[in-house]
Amino acid sequence: MNRLWRLLASDRAALFGAVILVGFVLVGVLAPLIAPYDPKQKHYDGDGKLVRLSPPSRQHLFGTTTYGRDVFSQVVIGTRTALVVGVATALVVSVVGLNVGLLSGYFGGALDAALMRLTDVVYGVPILPFGIVALSILSRRVWWIIAVMSVLYWPPTARVIRAQVLSLRTRPFVDAARLSGATPMRILYWHIAPNVLPQAFVHGVFAIAWAITTEASINFLGFGDPDTLSWGTVIYDVFTSMVAYTAWWWFVPPGLCIMLVVTAFYFVGRVFEEIANPRLRAR
Amino acid sequence: MSRGIRVYFLKRVALAAATVFCLATLMFVLFRMLPGDPTLTVLSPALSPEVQAELRQRFGLDRPILEQYARYLANMLRGRLGVSFHRGVPVSTLLGQYLLNTVVLMLPALVLAYALGIVGGALVAWRRGSWADTATTTAAMVFRSAPIFWLSIIFISVFAVRLGLFPSGHMLTPGTEPAGFFATFFTVDFLRHLMLPMVVMAIYYGCYPLLVMRTSMLEVLGEDFIDLCRAKGLSERRVIFRHAGRASLLPIATSVSLLGAYVVAGSVLVETVFSWPGLGRLMVQAVTDSDYPVAQASFLLIAVLVVAGNLLADVLYGLLDPRIRYQ
Repeated sequence: MNRLWRLLASDRAALFGAVILVGFVLVGVLAPLIAPYDPKQKHYDGDGKLVRLSPPSRQHLFGTTTYGRDVFSQVVIGTRTALVVGVATALVVSVVGLNVGLLSGYFGGALDAALMRLTDVVYGVPILPFGIVALSILSRRVWWIIAVMSVLYWPPTARVIRAQVLSLRTRPFVDAARLSGATPMRILYWHIAPNVLPQAFVHGVFAIAWAITTEASINFLGFGDPDTLSWGTVIYDVFTSMVAYTAWWWFVPPGLCIMLVVTAFYFVGRVFEEIANPRLRAR
Repeated sequence: MSRGIRVYFLKRVALAAATVFCLATLMFVLFRMLPGDPTLTVLSPALSPEVQAELRQRFGLDRPILEQYARYLANMLRGRLGVSFHRGVPVSTLLGQYLLNTVVLMLPALVLAYALGIVGGALVAWRRGSWADTATTTAAMVFRSAPIFWLSIIFISVFAVRLGLFPSGHMLTPGTEPAGFFATFFTVDFLRHLMLPMVVMAIYYGCYPLLVMRTSMLEVLGEDFIDLCRAKGLSERRVIFRHAGRASLLPIATSVSLLGAYVVAGSVLVETVFSWPGLGRLMVQAVTDSDYPVAQASFLLIAVLVVAGNLLADVLYGLLDPRIRYQ
């Protein structure tokens, strides 16, 4: 923890990333309190006319959409979706990748061969096209988006963990544990796993960034959950109402949010990478 | 080629084939999971039951599921991909046209991206710590994180809508229907339409090679042979581009092997934003319109391209780097 603080303080990019993340997490948690309106509410002016494509003003910080909805509220509520989808996916990805890597690296043999071939096959699947086809057939619920992304994003984690386990399992402390009668499962999860957790965590942080981008892309293409508001959905609305390419206040904020959050996760992830792998720090 | 390389090569090919086979099977299963009988989407309910039964028989949908599966695989292998529900054209003809349109967009974009990335990365590494280095590196990191569909929309809104410099979409001015390859792709009209999507992709895909090249150059510039080159009195430019640059290229070659899926996602999104009649957009439209033969075949073609690209990159990398040994 101390090392983390020192690294954060010495790396301005990482500090910037951390501040941004804290900001977005706060917005995500407090979203319903911060959003001034219901994002689906249509706004009418005094004469009962729809407030279409109004530029930013005091009533509407980021202006309104072509349907008279408040962009600021949509972006705020979308923060929650992005973070939940990103973190949930990363969690599944890390758990699956960690376990596949541990089992594959430690037991070797047929299990290793089978798991690694599976990893290779999944690695070759083009994620976005597959996601579109699968979601359009299965279901567009947000949980399915998380499931589809989780199923496809674990191979890199598994490979890295496996490589580490391969080197760890020949170390003296593992022999010592084995001689003192520990079961393989105990050695694997009690003695080896803690050593590879930092790597799994690094991949988890990067996975959040990929998942947020992919989720936004799926929503942008119109294959997202119709009941969930996300940054991708907001840009999809801009895109489907072609007239709105002049309404910068409508499409700039959601994209900027994606960019900021993803950059922030990359910056912070790099710091964790340095902690997990001190050799990188030399540069 | 040594025996080791040949064995490795064969293994990689087998694995690639297995991946494609798994995906083809998965597609078969997925498309059979569609709500209701697949005939519902092919056959209009207005048809009389006898006609429906006849069509069902003709499409082989009355056969046992395993036989249908075997037939599906055989047809895919022979390139008999069926007929588009919506366009009434054989799917294979459609895929050929759209694939060509994707290639004429992606190829120049990627070449430009890698040229810019490699040269730019070498230059900023040379001027490490300067204002230009910080600005370029930060810009590359930020651009890489931006969603490409959003960058495309911003480019359209600035350069097409506001400044009116380029068309906002399509590959040719609507209404023009030139015949033949040269009449299509060697026109000013085509180049004007190509410019915006190509530049967006070049910037987006140039960021990663730029960062990789910079890191790799910084490492190489610290090595002894660079000092030797300088001591020999070689010009700085020669040192950077001929000696350090060449030695820094290997990590770029590695990054290419990860590119496949990433580029496919980008082409799906950019083609959609720019209404570019390419393979990615064809797939998105087919899925949206429930044009299942086209959706299935275009997905499989994209998957085959990605798998083949990865295979090619791996093999090339193996040939490039003498340190890699095959066991």
